[in-house]
Amino acid sequence: MSPLSESVIAFLIVLGALFVLLGSIGLARLPDFLTRLHGPTKATTLGVGAMLLASAIFFTSDGHGGISLHELAILFFLFITAPVTAHLLAKAALHRQQAGVAGAGDTPDAGAETADSGT
Amino acid sequence: MRHLLPRPWLSLTVFVLWVLITNAASLGLLLLGGLLAIVVPRWTQAFWSNPPRLVRPWQALRFLGVFALDIVTANWRVARQVIGPLHRLSPAFVEVPLDLRDPFIATLLGSIVSLTPGTVAIDVDRQRWVMLVHALDAPDPQALITEIKLRYEMPLREIFAC
Repeated sequence: MSPLSESVIAFLIVLGALFVLLGSIGLARLPDFLTRLHGPTKATTLGVGAMLLASAIFFTSDGHGGISLHELAILFFLFITAPVTAHLLAKAALHRQQAGVAGAGDTPDAGAETADSGT
Repeated sequence: MRHLLPRPWLSLTVFVLWVLITNAASLGLLLLGGLLAIVVPRWTQAFWSNPPRLVRPWQALRFLGVFALDIVTANWRVARQVIGPLHRLSPAFVEVPLDLRDPFIATLLGSIVSLTPGTVAIDVDRQRWVMLVHALDAPDPQALITEIKLRYEMPLREIFAC
Protein backbone atom coordinates (compact mmCIF):
# COMPACT_ATOMS: atom_id res chain seq x y z
CA MET A 1 0.00 0.00 0.00
CA SER A 2 1.37 3.39 -0.91
CA PRO A 3 2.14 5.90 1.84
CA LEU A 4 -0.34 8.28 0.26
CA SER A 5 -3.36 6.01 0.47
CA GLU A 6 -2.25 4.89 3.90
CA SER A 7 -2.22 8.43 5.23
CA VAL A 8 -5.55 9.22 3.59
CA ILE A 9 -7.06 6.14 5.25
CA ALA A 10 -5.55 7.03 8.62
CA PHE A 11 -6.86 10.58 8.34
CA LEU A 12 -10.37 9.42 7.47
CA ILE A 13 -10.51 6.90 10.32
CA VAL A 14 -9.35 9.44 12.88
CA LEU A 15 -11.77 12.03 11.52
CA GLY A 16 -14.63 9.55 11.65
CA ALA A 17 -13.78 8.45 15.18
CA LEU A 18 -13.52 12.06 16.26
CA PHE A 19 -16.99 12.91 15.02
CA VAL A 20 -18.54 9.79 16.54
CA LEU A 21 -16.88 10.78 19.82
CA LEU A 22 -18.26 14.31 19.51
CA GLY A 23 -21.71 12.88 18.83
CA SER A 24 -21.48 10.83 22.02
CA ILE A 25 -20.26 13.83 24.00
CA GLY A 26 -23.28 15.71 22.70
CA LEU A 27 -25.54 12.86 23.78
CA ALA A 28 -24.06 12.96 27.27
CA ARG A 29 -23.87 16.72 27.76
CA LEU A 30 -26.99 18.14 26.19
CA PRO A 31 -29.81 18.82 28.65
CA ASP A 32 -32.99 17.30 27.23
CA PHE A 33 -34.28 14.63 24.92
CA LEU A 34 -34.84 16.68 21.81
CA THR A 35 -31.49 18.41 21.89
CA ARG A 36 -29.79 15.08 22.55
CA LEU A 37 -31.31 13.79 19.37
CA HIS A 38 -28.92 16.04 17.45
CA GLY A 39 -25.84 14.17 18.66
CA PRO A 40 -26.46 10.78 17.03
CA THR A 41 -27.66 12.24 13.73
CA LYS A 42 -24.32 13.95 13.40
CA ALA A 43 -22.30 10.89 14.29
CA THR A 44 -23.96 8.79 11.63
CA THR A 45 -23.59 11.23 8.80
CA LEU A 46 -20.01 12.44 8.86
CA GLY A 47 -18.40 10.06 11.36
CA VAL A 48 -19.58 6.79 9.92
CA GLY A 49 -19.33 8.23 6.42
CA ALA A 50 -15.62 8.95 6.84
CA MET A 51 -14.94 5.50 8.30
CA LEU A 52 -16.78 3.77 5.49
CA LEU A 53 -14.86 5.77 2.94
CA ALA A 54 -11.62 4.70 4.61
CA SER A 55 -12.76 1.09 4.50
CA ALA A 56 -13.61 1.35 0.81
CA ILE A 57 -10.19 2.80 0.00
CA PHE A 58 -8.38 0.21 2.12
CA PHE A 59 -10.02 -2.83 0.59
CA THR A 60 -9.76 -1.41 -2.90
CA SER A 61 -6.12 -0.39 -2.86
CA ASP A 62 -4.36 -3.40 -1.42
CA GLY A 63 -4.78 -6.48 -3.57
CA HIS A 64 -7.88 -7.69 -1.76
CA GLY A 65 -9.37 -8.61 -5.08
CA GLY A 66 -11.09 -5.88 -7.05
CA ILE A 67 -12.93 -2.81 -5.88
CA SER A 68 -14.85 -2.85 -2.66
CA LEU A 69 -18.18 -1.08 -2.82
CA HIS A 70 -20.10 -2.61 0.09
CA GLU A 71 -19.51 0.60 1.91
CA LEU A 72 -21.54 2.66 -0.52
CA ALA A 73 -24.51 0.40 0.13
CA ILE A 74 -24.05 0.75 3.91
CA LEU A 75 -23.86 4.52 3.54
CA PHE A 76 -26.98 4.54 1.41
CA PHE A 77 -28.99 2.48 3.89
CA LEU A 78 -27.74 4.59 6.77
CA PHE A 79 -28.74 7.80 5.03
CA ILE A 80 -32.24 6.63 4.29
CA THR A 81 -32.87 5.10 7.73
CA ALA A 82 -31.25 7.65 10.07
CA PRO A 83 -33.86 10.39 9.41
CA VAL A 84 -36.66 7.89 9.99
CA THR A 85 -35.24 6.96 13.39
CA ALA A 86 -34.79 10.60 14.35
CA HIS A 87 -38.29 11.40 13.13
CA LEU A 88 -39.93 8.58 15.12
CA LEU A 89 -37.94 9.33 18.29
CA ALA A 90 -38.84 13.02 18.09
CA LYS A 91 -42.48 12.25 17.47
CA ALA A 92 -42.65 9.82 20.37
CA ALA A 93 -41.04 12.44 22.59
CA LEU A 94 -43.63 15.02 21.57
CA HIS A 95 -46.49 12.66 22.27
CA ARG A 96 -45.17 11.98 25.74
CA GLN A 97 -44.56 15.56 26.78
CA GLN A 98 -47.05 17.75 25.06
CA ALA A 99 -46.97 20.50 27.62
CA GLY A 100 -44.93 23.47 26.47
CA VAL A 101 -44.85 22.48 22.85
CA ALA A 102 -46.36 25.18 20.72
CA GLY A 103 -47.51 24.57 17.22
CA ALA A 104 -47.16 20.80 16.84
CA GLY A 105 -49.69 20.22 14.12
CA ASP A 106 -51.42 17.15 15.47
CA THR A 107 -51.45 17.68 19.21
CA PRO A 108 -55.23 17.84 19.80
CA ASP A 109 -55.82 14.17 19.09
CA ALA A 110 -52.56 13.01 20.59
CA GLY A 111 -54.01 12.62 24.07
CA ALA A 112 -55.97 9.57 23.03
CA GLU A 113 -52.84 7.74 22.01
CA THR A 114 -50.84 8.41 25.15
CA ALA A 115 -53.38 6.50 27.23
CA ASP A 116 -51.73 3.25 26.11
CA SER A 117 -54.08 0.79 27.79
CA GLY A 118 -52.27 -2.17 26.42
CA THR A 119 -54.73 -4.90 27.37
CA MET B 1 -41.78 -4.36 -20.27
CA ARG B 2 -44.03 -1.95 -18.44
CA HIS B 3 -45.94 -4.89 -17.06
CA LEU B 4 -42.87 -6.80 -15.93
CA LEU B 5 -41.15 -3.79 -14.37
CA PRO B 6 -43.74 -1.35 -13.09
CA ARG B 7 -41.01 0.81 -11.55
CA PRO B 8 -37.87 0.63 -13.66
CA TRP B 9 -35.85 3.00 -11.46
CA LEU B 10 -36.69 1.10 -8.31
CA SER B 11 -35.76 -2.14 -10.05
CA LEU B 12 -32.45 -0.65 -11.14
CA THR B 13 -31.76 0.60 -7.60
CA VAL B 14 -32.50 -2.83 -6.10
CA PHE B 15 -30.23 -4.48 -8.65
CA VAL B 16 -27.35 -2.06 -8.16
CA LEU B 17 -27.64 -2.33 -4.38
CA TRP B 18 -27.60 -6.11 -4.66
CA VAL B 19 -24.43 -5.98 -6.73
CA LEU B 20 -22.85 -3.61 -4.20
CA ILE B 21 -23.78 -5.76 -1.21
CA THR B 22 -22.61 -9.06 -2.65
CA ASN B 23 -19.50 -7.25 -3.92
CA ALA B 24 -18.86 -10.00 -6.44
CA ALA B 25 -20.23 -10.84 -9.80
CA SER B 26 -20.76 -14.54 -10.14
CA LEU B 27 -23.50 -15.43 -12.59
CA GLY B 28 -25.70 -16.99 -9.91
CA LEU B 29 -25.62 -13.85 -7.77
CA LEU B 30 -26.38 -11.64 -10.76
CA LEU B 31 -29.37 -13.81 -11.67
CA LEU B 32 -30.63 -13.70 -8.10
CA GLY B 33 -30.23 -9.90 -8.18
CA GLY B 34 -32.23 -9.75 -11.39
CA LEU B 35 -34.97 -11.82 -9.80
CA LEU B 36 -35.07 -9.53 -6.76
CA ALA B 37 -35.19 -6.47 -9.03
CA ILE B 38 -38.35 -7.87 -10.60
CA VAL B 39 -40.01 -9.22 -7.47
CA VAL B 40 -39.31 -6.54 -4.85
CA PRO B 41 -40.98 -3.61 -6.71
CA ARG B 42 -44.05 -5.76 -7.37
CA TRP B 43 -44.40 -6.78 -3.74
CA THR B 44 -43.95 -3.25 -2.46
CA GLN B 45 -46.14 -1.68 -5.13
CA ALA B 46 -48.94 -0.92 -2.68
CA PHE B 47 -46.69 1.18 -0.46
CA TRP B 48 -45.42 3.56 -3.10
CA SER B 49 -47.00 6.89 -3.76
CA ASN B 50 -46.44 8.26 -7.22
CA PRO B 51 -43.40 10.50 -6.98
CA PRO B 52 -43.19 13.39 -9.43
CA ARG B 53 -40.79 12.94 -12.32
CA LEU B 54 -37.18 13.97 -12.03
CA VAL B 55 -36.97 16.67 -14.67
CA ARG B 56 -33.53 18.15 -14.01
CA PRO B 57 -31.04 15.34 -13.34
CA TRP B 58 -27.98 17.59 -13.64
CA GLN B 59 -29.32 20.01 -11.12
CA ALA B 60 -30.04 17.03 -8.88
CA LEU B 61 -26.34 16.08 -9.00
CA ARG B 62 -25.33 19.63 -8.14
CA PHE B 63 -27.83 19.61 -5.32
CA LEU B 64 -26.27 16.40 -3.96
CA GLY B 65 -22.91 18.13 -3.96
CA VAL B 66 -24.25 21.14 -2.08
CA PHE B 67 -25.95 18.77 0.36
CA ALA B 68 -22.71 16.84 1.01
CA LEU B 69 -20.85 20.08 1.64
CA ASP B 70 -23.60 21.27 3.98
CA ILE B 71 -23.32 18.08 6.01
CA VAL B 72 -19.61 18.72 6.54
CA THR B 73 -19.95 22.39 7.49
CA ALA B 74 -22.98 21.78 9.72
CA ASN B 75 -21.13 18.92 11.43
CA TRP B 76 -18.31 21.25 12.20
CA ARG B 77 -20.64 23.89 13.59
CA VAL B 78 -22.57 21.47 15.78
CA ALA B 79 -19.35 19.83 16.99
CA ARG B 80 -18.17 23.20 18.24
CA GLN B 81 -21.52 23.93 19.87
CA VAL B 82 -21.53 20.59 21.66
CA ILE B 83 -18.15 21.04 23.32
CA GLY B 84 -18.71 24.76 23.94
CA PRO B 85 -20.79 26.32 26.70
CA LEU B 86 -24.29 24.86 26.46
CA HIS B 87 -26.18 27.77 27.97
CA ARG B 88 -25.43 29.82 24.89
CA LEU B 89 -27.53 27.49 22.75
CA SER B 90 -31.11 28.39 22.09
CA PRO B 91 -32.95 25.25 21.00
CA ALA B 92 -36.26 25.98 19.33
CA PHE B 93 -39.20 24.50 17.51
CA VAL B 94 -39.59 26.16 14.15
CA GLU B 95 -42.55 25.87 11.83
CA VAL B 96 -41.48 26.02 8.21
CA PRO B 97 -44.34 26.79 5.82
CA LEU B 98 -43.92 24.69 2.70
CA ASP B 99 -44.64 25.62 -0.89
CA LEU B 100 -44.40 22.08 -2.17
CA ARG B 101 -47.47 19.87 -2.16
CA ASP B 102 -46.13 16.39 -2.69
CA PRO B 103 -45.82 13.84 0.12
CA PHE B 104 -42.80 12.13 -1.45
CA ILE B 105 -40.83 15.35 -1.89
CA ALA B 106 -41.87 16.48 1.58
CA THR B 107 -40.38 13.24 2.94
CA LEU B 108 -37.23 13.88 0.97
CA LEU B 109 -36.99 17.42 2.33
CA GLY B 110 -37.59 16.15 5.86
CA SER B 111 -34.82 13.58 5.49
CA ILE B 112 -32.42 16.19 4.19
CA VAL B 113 -33.22 18.51 7.09
CA SER B 114 -32.72 15.66 9.56
CA LEU B 115 -29.42 14.57 8.03
CA THR B 116 -27.85 18.00 8.22
CA PRO B 117 -26.77 18.23 11.85
CA GLY B 118 -28.44 20.80 14.04
CA THR B 119 -31.93 20.31 12.71
CA VAL B 120 -34.41 17.42 12.94
CA ALA B 121 -37.65 17.35 11.00
CA ILE B 122 -40.37 16.14 13.33
CA ASP B 123 -43.61 16.37 11.45
CA VAL B 124 -45.17 17.50 8.20
CA ASP B 125 -48.72 18.68 8.61
CA ARG B 126 -50.41 17.78 5.35
CA GLN B 127 -53.46 19.90 6.02
CA ARG B 128 -51.58 23.15 6.35
CA TRP B 129 -48.33 22.00 4.65
CA VAL B 130 -46.13 23.10 7.48
CA MET B 131 -43.02 21.24 8.53
CA LEU B 132 -42.18 21.20 12.23
CA VAL B 133 -38.43 21.35 12.74
CA HIS B 134 -36.46 21.17 15.96
CA ALA B 135 -33.21 23.12 15.88
CA LEU B 136 -30.34 22.78 18.31
CA ASP B 137 -29.45 26.43 18.05
CA ALA B 138 -31.81 28.86 16.38
CA PRO B 139 -31.55 32.33 17.87
CA ASP B 140 -33.31 33.63 14.78
CA PRO B 141 -36.05 31.22 13.64
CA GLN B 142 -36.89 33.32 10.60
CA ALA B 143 -33.34 32.94 9.29
CA LEU B 144 -33.58 29.17 9.65
CA ILE B 145 -36.88 29.11 7.77
CA THR B 146 -35.44 31.16 4.93
CA GLU B 147 -32.33 28.97 4.83
CA ILE B 148 -34.32 25.72 4.59
CA LYS B 149 -36.63 27.15 1.96
CA LEU B 150 -33.94 28.70 -0.24
CA ARG B 151 -31.28 26.04 0.17
CA TYR B 152 -33.33 22.86 0.01
CA GLU B 153 -36.96 23.37 -0.85
CA MET B 154 -36.54 25.57 -3.91
CA PRO B 155 -33.97 23.34 -5.61
CA LEU B 156 -36.09 20.27 -4.85
CA ARG B 157 -39.12 21.90 -6.40
CA GLU B 158 -37.13 22.81 -9.49
CA ILE B 159 -35.59 19.36 -9.78
CA PHE B 160 -38.89 17.52 -9.50
CA ALA B 161 -41.14 20.21 -11.02
CA CYS B 162 -43.72 20.23 -8.28
